[in-house]
Amino acid sequence: MNKTVTFRIWRTDSNGGGKLVDYTTEITEGLVVLDVIHKIQATQANDLACRWNCKAGKCGSCSAEVNGMPKLMCMTRMDTLNTDKPITIEPMRAFPSIRDLATDVSWNFRVKTKIKKFKPRPPDAPDGTWRMQQEDVDRVQEFRKCIECFLCQDVCHVLRDHHKHEEFIGPRFLVYTAALEMHPLDTEDRLPELKQSQGIGFCNITKCCTKVCPEHITITDNAIIPLKERVVDEYYDPLGWLWKKIRPQG
Amino acid sequence: MATNYETHEYDVLVIGAGGAGLRAAIEASAAGVKVGLICKSLLGKAHTVMAEGGMAAAMGNVDDRDSWKVHFADTMRGGQYVNNWRMAELHAKEAPSRVHELEAWGAVFDRTKEGKISQRNFGGHRYPRLAHVGDRTGLELIRTLQDHGIHQGITVHMEYTIVSLLKDGDRVVGAFGYDRERGRFRIFKAKAVVVCTGGLGRAYAVTSNSWEGTGDGVSLAYHASAELLDMEFIQFHPTGMIWPPSVKGILVTESVRGEGGVLRNKDGKRFMYDDIPDNYKSQTSTDPEEGWRYTQNDKNAKRPPELLTRDHVARCINREVKAGRGSPHGGVFLDISWIKEKIPNSAEHIKRKLPSMYHQFMQLANLDITKEPMEIGPTTHYAMGGIRVNGETQATNVPGLFAAGECAAGLHGANRLGGNSLSDLIVFGKRAGEFAAKYAKENSAGKVNDAQVEAAYKEAVEPFERPAGGSTEGPYQVQYDLQNMMQANVGIVRLQNEMEFALDGIAKLKARAAKVAVLGHLEYNPGWHTAIDLKHLLTCAEAITLCSLDRKESRGGHFREDFPNKDPEAQKYNAVIFKAPDGSMKLRREPIPAIREDLKQVIEEMK
Repeated sequence: MNKTVTFRIWRTDSNGGGKLVDYTTEITEGLVVLDVIHKIQATQANDLACRWNCKAGKCGSCSAEVNGMPKLMCMTRMDTLNTDKPITIEPMRAFPSIRDLATDVSWNFRVKTKIKKFKPRPPDAPDGTWRMQQEDVDRVQEFRKCIECFLCQDVCHVLRDHHKHEEFIGPRFLVYTAALEMHPLDTEDRLPELKQSQGIGFCNITKCCTKVCPEHITITDNAIIPLKERVVDEYYDPLGWLWKKIRPQG
Repeated sequence: MATNYETHEYDVLVIGAGGAGLRAAIEASAAGVKVGLICKSLLGKAHTVMAEGGMAAAMGNVDDRDSWKVHFADTMRGGQYVNNWRMAELHAKEAPSRVHELEAWGAVFDRTKEGKISQRNFGGHRYPRLAHVGDRTGLELIRTLQDHGIHQGITVHMEYTIVSLLKDGDRVVGAFGYDRERGRFRIFKAKAVVVCTGGLGRAYAVTSNSWEGTGDGVSLAYHASAELLDMEFIQFHPTGMIWPPSVKGILVTESVRGEGGVLRNKDGKRFMYDDIPDNYKSQTSTDPEEGWRYTQNDKNAKRPPELLTRDHVARCINREVKAGRGSPHGGVFLDISWIKEKIPNSAEHIKRKLPSMYHQFMQLANLDITKEPMEIGPTTHYAMGGIRVNGETQATNVPGLFAAGECAAGLHGANRLGGNSLSDLIVFGKRAGEFAAKYAKENSAGKVNDAQVEAAYKEAVEPFERPAGGSTEGPYQVQYDLQNMMQANVGIVRLQNEMEFALDGIAKLKARAAKVAVLGHLEYNPGWHTAIDLKHLLTCAEAITLCSLDRKESRGGHFREDFPNKDPEAQKYNAVIFKAPDGSMKLRREPIPAIREDLKQVIEEMK
């Protein structure tokens, strides 16, 4: 069943600006948005820039805003969209443009290097291995499903609207920090940075990140809120503060 | 453009940032040398993320009868004895340490009841051997290496493509490439170069490989005078998605079968029972009940025939489809939902064991695998052949050039066992990094030849200088035509005249590729990138076809309808591809070195 669709795609120009350009093409049954982008790329706009790799929702490269919603293009089926109207395809707007649908996400990679690395306790067994129970790693495994598509960063208003990139690490790296902090073997303390330079306090739990996560990680409830609680316990609990003052040292 | 390129200098340059490249970079860096890492995409997006089932390592956590010897024998049997036996030995011995190392770097594997790393069954492995994280083990591997690697002082160049290796006499002394963002060309000087560029599946129309799998490293190394080995051995993974069209080729992990999934034709028959090869008869059950118990870790049960090696299962599926017993969209059915007869809460069980498969089918095919069977068919998955390397050091025949991972050859012989790829990456990625660093310490920097750089630049930007229209065409059509031709003529089932037709076709496509024109400019221009990839794809396609024509027998991933049986004589050699002085591609057969006596005994004991 072939039908005609119009994609209204963001094309940048050489001055750093850009505009939406309409491309009309015929599609067959069972396609996803990325297929249609590829078809337009192959037939009408050879130089249309977009990132993609696995085309199976596992690498997190083809992030874009489809009709204004942050999505992976490879996992957005055409039959979930209204094709009677033009479908708007824009790059992630929270990041600077490189070209067309490709954005400069390098900030994310810089942020990650500032988070203290994994530091395991000494091995549990003489052969240098550890013992962990499955139920103790379940929650960390949820966070480690992250494919680093950065859609959560794109939708986070602290970054998107308030541009707090220098003061706030965003949902992706709060999830990353949570995975380290809740790792049964980890011995590092990342709470001082979370409170200070990484700005966990900026998150006001609107849960937009959780909504757009293609891996269905419950970012806010399972990662950010428990981290916030740890920061509160450490720095703002008056009884805890008193106990730390008066407890026997050594 | 003048010769004024920005130049980066390293002791070791690693090209490719999947599992092998990252592991090599980490090892070289730990040896105290300056390391540069080239990623064709963003860091952490390489095709390693697609690996699902796990990494094979004989830790014996689930079944203590396992050992490196059994793993070694399984790998040789799976590879049908044309493997590099030294690599198979080192791989089996070192994989457990490499896996434990990942845990020390933060990887979180699924656990056994005793709290150890859990291990699962997989095709061709005698005991449960694959360390795994649900069905997203590749993501866990690459993320662990990435997150460890970013603290090691490695300089990462993201979205860079290498177009040529640079040589000083016989020796490789660097690489020349461009950044995707701006199209600026750079020189990377290096005392040693490690190629870890992964696969070449994009030479075929139906593949599980991403756009990056264009055989860059194999081609770069070949054009720098490195020898290639056993290029005829391509693995067609039996279970790729076939419907809807957008997902054609995407992998359905073998773990579906490892967890009890069965293959059926349109008549509902489990056709795998019809054809069990002799060398696996003693290990394969003919009783469905016993097969099911095997998947549930009954140590006394034999494996169901669905878990035979990938080459065999792919051919059986092909046979069913050709005989008219296939599914509506030209494949067969893979059913895991049937286990509801065996397990209460089977839907939850399947979602926990195979989360990304559940997700993939739900989202892309609108199909609930806990309730319905999947439609699947073979997909081009993996190249067993590749750059010829020394089994211990991963050095190629070209001084200063090393290779590891899928683009290197030897470990897997004629057919790779599932789970042996991720372990290959970490075992031989580490070795490549170690020996590249050693080479860099023992040698001073070579000299970059300006004329080579200029020639590479000219070749790379030529497509812009050809006027569009008239006798020129865009790169995409040439790529499609190559993919369709390879799929039809050098695919799962091969024939002399079809392959000769393909060889002729490759020559014609080369002529067309030399004339493709691209529009626009150097900045982030996928049309241009496709034009550059064409050379690599054509080089690989020619090598695959030459080797396939030469091997007049059927073995592993190489199946010839005109020579359907194994030839014991052909077990004695590997095919070596090299570039002749006149620039043409040539093949010679080389005898496989006699296997060490103790290893021979291990194979005999395990038969």
